[in-house]
Amino acid sequence: MKYIDEFRDQQLARGLAAAIRAAARPDRQYRLMEFCGGHTHAIFRYGIADLMPANVRFIHGPGCPVCVLPMARIDQAIALATEHRVTLCTYADLMRVPAGERRSLLKAKAAGADIRMIYSTADALRIAREDPHRQVVFFAIGFETTTPPTAVAAQVARAEGLKNFSIFCNHVLTPPALHTILATAGPDGVQLDGILGPSHVSSVIGSAPYAFVPHEFGTPVVIAGFEPLDVMQSTLMLIRQLNEGRCEVENQYTRAVTEQGNRKAQALMAQVFSPRETFEWRGLGLLPHSALRLADNYADLDAERRFPVEIGTVREVKGCECPAILRGVKEPTDCRLFGTVCTPDNPMGSCMVSSEGACAAYWSYGRFRSPRDH
Amino acid sequence: MTTNRRFAIRLDLEHGTVDMSHGAGGRAMAQLIAEVFYAHLDNELLRQGNDQALFTPPPGRLAMSTDGHVISPLFFPGGDIGCLSVHGTINDVAMAGARPLYLAAGFILEEGYPLKDLARIVASMAQAANAAGVPVVTGDTKVVERGKGDGVFITTTGVGVVPAGIAIAGDQARPGDAILVSGTLGDHGVAILSRRENLGFDVEIESDTAALHGLVAAMVTAVPDIHCLRDPTRGGLATTLNELAQQSQVGMRIHESAIPVRPEVSAACELLGLDPLYVANEGKLVAICPGERAAELLAVMRAHPLGAGASLIGEVVADPHRFVQMETTFGGSRIVDWLAGEQLPRIC
Repeated sequence: MKYIDEFRDQQLARGLAAAIRAAARPDRQYRLMEFCGGHTHAIFRYGIADLMPANVRFIHGPGCPVCVLPMARIDQAIALATEHRVTLCTYADLMRVPAGERRSLLKAKAAGADIRMIYSTADALRIAREDPHRQVVFFAIGFETTTPPTAVAAQVARAEGLKNFSIFCNHVLTPPALHTILATAGPDGVQLDGILGPSHVSSVIGSAPYAFVPHEFGTPVVIAGFEPLDVMQSTLMLIRQLNEGRCEVENQYTRAVTEQGNRKAQALMAQVFSPRETFEWRGLGLLPHSALRLADNYADLDAERRFPVEIGTVREVKGCECPAILRGVKEPTDCRLFGTVCTPDNPMGSCMVSSEGACAAYWSYGRFRSPRDH
Repeated sequence: MTTNRRFAIRLDLEHGTVDMSHGAGGRAMAQLIAEVFYAHLDNELLRQGNDQALFTPPPGRLAMSTDGHVISPLFFPGGDIGCLSVHGTINDVAMAGARPLYLAAGFILEEGYPLKDLARIVASMAQAANAAGVPVVTGDTKVVERGKGDGVFITTTGVGVVPAGIAIAGDQARPGDAILVSGTLGDHGVAILSRRENLGFDVEIESDTAALHGLVAAMVTAVPDIHCLRDPTRGGLATTLNELAQQSQVGMRIHESAIPVRPEVSAACELLGLDPLYVANEGKLVAICPGERAAELLAVMRAHPLGAGASLIGEVVADPHRFVQMETTFGGSRIVDWLAGEQLPRIC
């Protein structure tokens, strides 16, 4: 595959692994948080952790949109489909995420709710066009990467006058989450020496928004692509920054990310969305200005305003360590549910559902290792 | 029976559709059977017209298997539900090292389904059965109301005879054994996906649907001490290896660089976030044999048209966890786990 195989080249990987081993000073630790689930997945899928010296450790970050969605939002989506009887269009990842009282979209669908798995916003629009008498709601989730396509869907629906289409918006913003992680890091929380920064998110927002990480927290960042060689090269770049006492935002993923990002996509997002006062993140709690809702001039397309739903407090599953795992404070193997009652076949927490979730990655690709080895 | 004009007006195979009377047991059903099923699947045992086929099996252990087919779409690049339902069951029987003898077929038809398409499916079944030399000797037809089915569901059952001296089973893998696959992985699943209505990508990939009993016969003749054979259908290679590891209480170690995957399949999987190791195949098999017989078996497989792309992909190891581990192209290793949830619904 062109543009893919180049970034999975075995010889280059071995060369990079050797360079990392040579560069890592034995007298110090390199605790590096890979922010995104895409990084986590690549690390496990390609066995990258095996190639690292023992003092270079990856700590899994919260950059998995499915994992950070609080249970109450899934319950709200289920209520849209069951109480308001809308056709709910969702990405397949969300189907098995546990909601309150062991509910899930998959179970709601089996019980008769009209829930459709789609691959893109275009599918949701098509379903709305095909049946003008059904209310169709698109379950929008994701970081800044998936937000522009949702904005386009809103504009298309507006332009076509699709009265039966609306958006249940759960888009969240990366910098506030990173800020929270770093603000709570330290001796009592997670200890971080460097950050492998988001790749696809950064192609939209640019590298500039991460400037606070070195300035405010003294932690270096390298924007890292999702291919295995990207992750390895970025790791080497972080190690070098740390060795040389530099602390800056570097960009490894230059083939897609610029300092200013995609201005057009940013303008589109600003037109269609406005920041929420606050939004709950699984694991991180209520974070101010960390999520988006439809802007007032798009209020008619906002499913939350069109179909009001009351959701009470939703209790997390007892013993589930997803919140601590999402903050990087604990590892999947620290959770006593991991691999016992919580497996990908029967997930208790969101981190076990998405293929980008740390628990699912551990379970699928790495559970035979002792906790120290990964 | 096919030549006997018992019905005043022939079925309209151009514009007609299945209706409830075609499953009601009366004259309409008899006509559907005569003009669609017998017309294509005709053979001596079927022509007996009894509620069962009567035959005397050759000596030896009998192997029997059944498989329901609910694939969507019914027609896909490289095949359709008709030939798939023949190949699928022949392969399940053959995976005991058996020579398949006969098939039975049960049809569940949805009211309103075009007779033209049904005839096309049955013709494809007949062609597959003839090519394989395994006739459909008995069958059943039921019709469900519109909206209660999805066009056509076909269940086939097969019976075959295992040659003397063959003891192939899922619990026979031993540490030191070699693991081989007969060709590229993931072709069927990706071919199906390429035609799903909500996925508009054009990929020139055909399903690998094929009857593998000829390949199996060549393999067991040359290497009668093959330990395990299995066709990696739903859940793909990963699931099949985990099943065999579980049954035989062993671990497995495979090598990513040795696993054959077409570049187009690999690209499509990349785009869709799928792993080819978990994507279904309908014309491939996994073989496990004593390590010292691997080279010979590989040569026999490669000499057969359906095994031309065969590859030695790994070895059986002792492992109390029964894990399937893969050495990645990077030199790291990872677990190849059971498939969790549903990667692709209604793939066969």
